[in-house]
Amino acid sequence: MTSDVATLGHEETGIAGRPVVVQEGHISRGISNPILGMLLFITSEVMFFSGLFAAYFSTRAQNAANGGWPPKAFEHTLNPLSLILVATVILITSSFTCQFAVWSIRRGDRTGFIRNISITFVLGIAFLVLQAYDYSLLFGEGMTMGSGPFGTTYFTLTGFHGAHVFGGVLMLGVILYRGMAGQFSAKHHDAIEAVSLYWHFVDVVWIILFTVLYLL
Amino acid sequence: MATHVLTPATTAYRSGLYEWLTTTDHKKIGIMYVINSFLFFLIGGFFALGVRAELAQPGLQIFKDEHVYNEFFSIHATVMIFLFIIPMLAGLGNYIVPLQIGAPDMAFPRINALSFWMLPMGGILLLAGFLASGGAAAAGWTSYPPLSEVGPTKSPGSGQDLWILSIILIGTSSILGSINFLVTIFKMRAPGMTLFRMPIMVWTMLVTSVLVLMATPVITSALVMLFIDRNLGGTFFDPFHGGNAVLYQNVFWFYSHPAVYVMVLPAMGIVSEVLPVFSRKPLFGYKAFIFATAGIGALGFSVWAHHMFTTGQVFLPFFSLMTFLIAVPTGVKMFNWCFTMFRGKLTLSTPMIFAIGFLTMFLIGGINGAFSAAVPVDFALHDTYWVVAHLHYVLFGGSVFGVFAGLYYWFPKMTGRLLNEGLGKLHFVLMIVGFNLTFFPMHILGLEGMPRRIADYASDAGWNDLNLAASIGGFIIGISILPFIWNVFISLRTGAIAGDDPWEGNTLEWATSSPPPPYNFDRLPEIRSERPVFDARHPHLRHKPGELADEMGPA
Repeated sequence: MTSDVATLGHEETGIAGRPVVVQEGHISRGISNPILGMLLFITSEVMFFSGLFAAYFSTRAQNAANGGWPPKAFEHTLNPLSLILVATVILITSSFTCQFAVWSIRRGDRTGFIRNISITFVLGIAFLVLQAYDYSLLFGEGMTMGSGPFGTTYFTLTGFHGAHVFGGVLMLGVILYRGMAGQFSAKHHDAIEAVSLYWHFVDVVWIILFTVLYLL
Repeated sequence: MATHVLTPATTAYRSGLYEWLTTTDHKKIGIMYVINSFLFFLIGGFFALGVRAELAQPGLQIFKDEHVYNEFFSIHATVMIFLFIIPMLAGLGNYIVPLQIGAPDMAFPRINALSFWMLPMGGILLLAGFLASGGAAAAGWTSYPPLSEVGPTKSPGSGQDLWILSIILIGTSSILGSINFLVTIFKMRAPGMTLFRMPIMVWTMLVTSVLVLMATPVITSALVMLFIDRNLGGTFFDPFHGGNAVLYQNVFWFYSHPAVYVMVLPAMGIVSEVLPVFSRKPLFGYKAFIFATAGIGALGFSVWAHHMFTTGQVFLPFFSLMTFLIAVPTGVKMFNWCFTMFRGKLTLSTPMIFAIGFLTMFLIGGINGAFSAAVPVDFALHDTYWVVAHLHYVLFGGSVFGVFAGLYYWFPKMTGRLLNEGLGKLHFVLMIVGFNLTFFPMHILGLEGMPRRIADYASDAGWNDLNLAASIGGFIIGISILPFIWNVFISLRTGAIAGDDPWEGNTLEWATSSPPPPYNFDRLPEIRSERPVFDARHPHLRHKPGELADEMGPA
């Protein structure tokens, strides 16, 4: 070995007899790559929803100045004490069950994980069904994407949130399937941690949406 | 220690095309990024030549009507920005960043492949607009409503929708790429490679990735709203039904101004790699450069409305002040580069002259940009050819010269062969002459009030000669690409063998073979500064541990 090259680990003979330096410094510390990746992805999602929310507030302020928010025709449509409250409770509950699932697998309790993640999965689907039903009620009352800025912003914001819930349900389905196949353990479950972060993010977006659309 | 030899069941690489189509190796993906982006550079250049040919004389000569002209300049800008500059720099970063931090690959190799393959798909979607009824998008690369939405001037048909989908797809590719870069840079550095020992190229890719991650989703939201307005009956940007057309401009520029830095910061990184190597000196003010880069990135989010001064709906003093402030970190960088060369032992190889071309042209682009930051000046010059001159001095004189500096610099690493110096210098001379002949007259045209985005102009307006000069220059730029293509073509076959480190480089990519093996490094040199390969080449100059008071940042 020449003096200007320092070996960073022990050598092994790898494929085709090439020397491979096992770089011990690469042993990962701190946050794992998939979880960091998911956090960064969520950051980008936050910015996406920020763009939509900015459009919403700008549109609402402009129309409220003209006395048109909410428009007379749809004043009664966004009643918080209705089906949508049930959907909200369902989604918040699912965040809790999702976290119980994470804590289960951290303890190595696979049965608890599968039970909790199944409940989360079902609650996610229930939310989507309720949202679809709610849309059908609104359509029945004549509120659509084309009903001026009120309808446009409502369906864009809730629609994109719903699409994200749908994506989250797919992810939950994948980790449920992988969990039932026995692919996770107390040590190896980055996918679960990442999906749970995403699911909590979707939940937080809904809480903000519910507050802004129905309460404020 | 294990001594038995494992015989692999299959060879590590499948042969030929299949390997390239399915690869997850960051080096192969990086090369595919570069080739793909270069092809789109040629396509975008074709549209540019169409525009310049039309403008060479007053009257309509080339196109049957103005609408085709509108398609040409819209697709020219879209292709150059979204399918050439941004992916070209991302591709060079893809190849270089893991090598420079001593990593075996990117953090998520399969997502890396996905990011790449979205680009040709996005490009095909965009160009498919020409087959759609009503033709391709024709509302400019900005696609402002109402131009892109309603009324008699509406960019018609599904071409505009294909444009929207294409940009969303390319944007998603950028976002995934930026996540990959950030995780790679934060988590995959070799032992000893602290943040303040990372090469400047890696730092600029880091800041660029943060910009892409934070800004690109916002344009996605703008495009989604535009799509909803066009196709689903929405009224976000329709003032007749309670919407607001300027809202689109705000959301659009919240992305598209940071995107300017996405397009130039990695080019600055390339130049900062090239200048020290060919000046035989370390980069002057390594840390100052990093903080300036971060400063540009941070300020980049607070200046978007300087594109919208004339709308009358933005707070002018704030956005004007913030825009002037950006000149400060940029000026710091000019000093970094100038003092890196000062009293250095300059070698004027092709990468170096392209880097010097970057410095001079970008300086002009920076100065005429500062003019436009002044509100009254901007009111006079908005949407004139002055703006066209400014943006091309920054994005062509800056980014494209930086890209070619990088291509000439890293071509030996990618292929194992050097590019021909004579052809390289011919390329440079033709390009810088053609570039200035094209874009310098546009300053004067702009001051004389010639508006941008028009297919025709009055023959008695006094703009004929300067437009003819600009068109001749445009075709010289087109010709200048030919020696480059010929150079790549012959050098791949008969170019001089480069060896591991043809330029006596400083950074880790020169510590492995050319081209590097699939796993990048057999061994890494010790990393004790931001120039580990320099340290390994001059062991007697190396500091012993603890000898330097400031271990973190030798300047």
